[in-house]
Amino acid sequence: MSDTEASAGKRSTAWGQVSLERRHARERRIGVLLIAASAVSILTTLGIVGVLLFESATFFAQVSPIRFLTGTRWAPLFQNQAFGVLPLLAGSLLVAGGAALVALPIGLLSAIYLSEYAHDRVRRIVKPVLEILAGVPTVVYGYFALLYVTPLLRRIWPGTEVFNALSASLVVGIMIIPMVSSLSEDAMSAVPRPLREGAYALGATKFEVATRTVVPAALSGIIASFILAISRAIGETMIVTIAAGASPQLTLNPLESVQTMTAYIAQTSMGELTHGSLEYQTIYAVGLTLFAITLLMNIVSGIVLRRYREVYE
Amino acid sequence: MTADGGQKAPTKEPKAERPAPPRPAPPGPAERSATRGGGTSTFSGSVQRDPTRFAPALGRRHMFGTVFAVACLLATMVGIVVLMALLYDILVDGTARLSLDFLRAYPSRMPGRAGIGPALAGSAWTLFLTGVIAFPLGVGTAIWLEEYAGESRFKRVVETNIANLAGVPSIVYGILGLTLFVRVMGMGRSILAASMTLALLSLPVIIIASQEAIKAVPGTIRLGAYALGATKWETIRHHVFPMSLPGILTGTILALSRAIGEAAPVILVGALGFVAFIPKSPMDSYTVLPFQIYNWVSRPQAEFHEIAAAASIVLLVLLLTMNAAAIWLRNRYTRRY
Repeated sequence: MSDTEASAGKRSTAWGQVSLERRHARERRIGVLLIAASAVSILTTLGIVGVLLFESATFFAQVSPIRFLTGTRWAPLFQNQAFGVLPLLAGSLLVAGGAALVALPIGLLSAIYLSEYAHDRVRRIVKPVLEILAGVPTVVYGYFALLYVTPLLRRIWPGTEVFNALSASLVVGIMIIPMVSSLSEDAMSAVPRPLREGAYALGATKFEVATRTVVPAALSGIIASFILAISRAIGETMIVTIAAGASPQLTLNPLESVQTMTAYIAQTSMGELTHGSLEYQTIYAVGLTLFAITLLMNIVSGIVLRRYREVYE
Repeated sequence: MTADGGQKAPTKEPKAERPAPPRPAPPGPAERSATRGGGTSTFSGSVQRDPTRFAPALGRRHMFGTVFAVACLLATMVGIVVLMALLYDILVDGTARLSLDFLRAYPSRMPGRAGIGPALAGSAWTLFLTGVIAFPLGVGTAIWLEEYAGESRFKRVVETNIANLAGVPSIVYGILGLTLFVRVMGMGRSILAASMTLALLSLPVIIIASQEAIKAVPGTIRLGAYALGATKWETIRHHVFPMSLPGILTGTILALSRAIGEAAPVILVGALGFVAFIPKSPMDSYTVLPFQIYNWVSRPQAEFHEIAAAASIVLLVLLLTMNAAAIWLRNRYTRRY
């Protein structure tokens, strides 16, 4: 048989008549394409930061950042304009805070149940169902909040307004339960069995093992999941736009109508403002604030996850 | 499938910066009896107990355990019960309005005659275009990260960047799309602008899922191909990529199914509230299903709420189909090595 030696040279090969040089040239071209694809992710971040900073600059040229960050009245469209972002920030934090009160305990207890108590068969059914909860589009949640949760709240507390923060809070909380539950459960399942078995061997009950051994060992992952879930709640748009209202107020009363940063951006962009006007540029200023907060939280979550992990051999 | 959001708790890292020993379990009966003869216990953190009076309090501890287990079960049920309530409510409200006419009709000022025809068409268009844009970019990035980039600092920067992008609120992507695609690049309020925005939104999820799928291909496959004289790309194209394709497709379908349910970025980028035609080209204006739902929910009349519920049912069915397809794909084609 001819060609038994060196089949990778210029001779005909199993890849047809393509020479080694041609194949290497193609490799280089493809390498360039792949790097270009990867560059898109970097460009996206640069794009977001660039757009937000650049467009907010025109806003902050006219409104001082101090006034923006410390003002307690947000009224860009009224005669007597005010550009204090605190009411919007308070709205976002009120909704996210309520959501956290709902989602963090329920999510953590669900995770403990799935990780420590549930039979395999139960887990195989419950986990996908919780994933479905995460997959419901937020507009549908918004519908549910406005047309079912709010009337329910109004029957319990008759003073509740039609648009109120509590309804949105509760539903946002429900929406982020799967996030807390899934990430916490991942963290808990990374705790090795011998640790649990050692605790059982020393006479601990299941409750004690779960709360005094597993949860502390997985704590960094659990806290990271909490932070990520709150960050998601702050960034949520549709539920609050539909159910929480459009009146920016600096209030702690969840039964009132508020406006979150995200709802403001959405509602303003649907309006009739012209680009470049001060009122329009508020979208970018508020967007920058929102982005900075969620980015900070995501970074902190990553740090908590990595630096405080307890790794067992 | 992990829930939406940022990072999965990494379970495969080999080293920690601070390998801390596990905290000691509470002193059990064995240890207490060991110190019985020696006087006071050495556990200084706890109350000074007389070790001769050992009280395991098993009954009380087990009772706590049962109460706690019930609490955990209830917590897990909360999510499920609320989901059931939501689905039931939507079905009750919307089924009456579901019909073939509803699926084809245009929106109208009269709820009785309004339909989701253009919205469905717009969603179909965006789904297709978003997939076409995001799939090559996402898979290309994943291939580069896994196969070409060494364990360099740059690679970690890129990966961290992608993880951060996954956590950026969708409305910020909308702001980016509005400024960059609609205005600066002049696409206007077109399907193309929406698709590009949604593609950027889906990219992090696709990249992370594809990376996992590519990582799962055993190294021996690659080594075998190299040994036979294949170049890197040839190995990827003929071996690594086909083997990781089911996982890649599952992740892509899931990412896209989330993208068509998003209303916030689409609002920013310029979906219209009243579209009386079926879009014919990527540069046409459009509406999408979630935006139409939002539009109808925001109106005060109850009839609009009913058709919003009907449209929600359609959207949920669509998502369910896509998710089921993704899961079926994963179960059918994933091979275990």
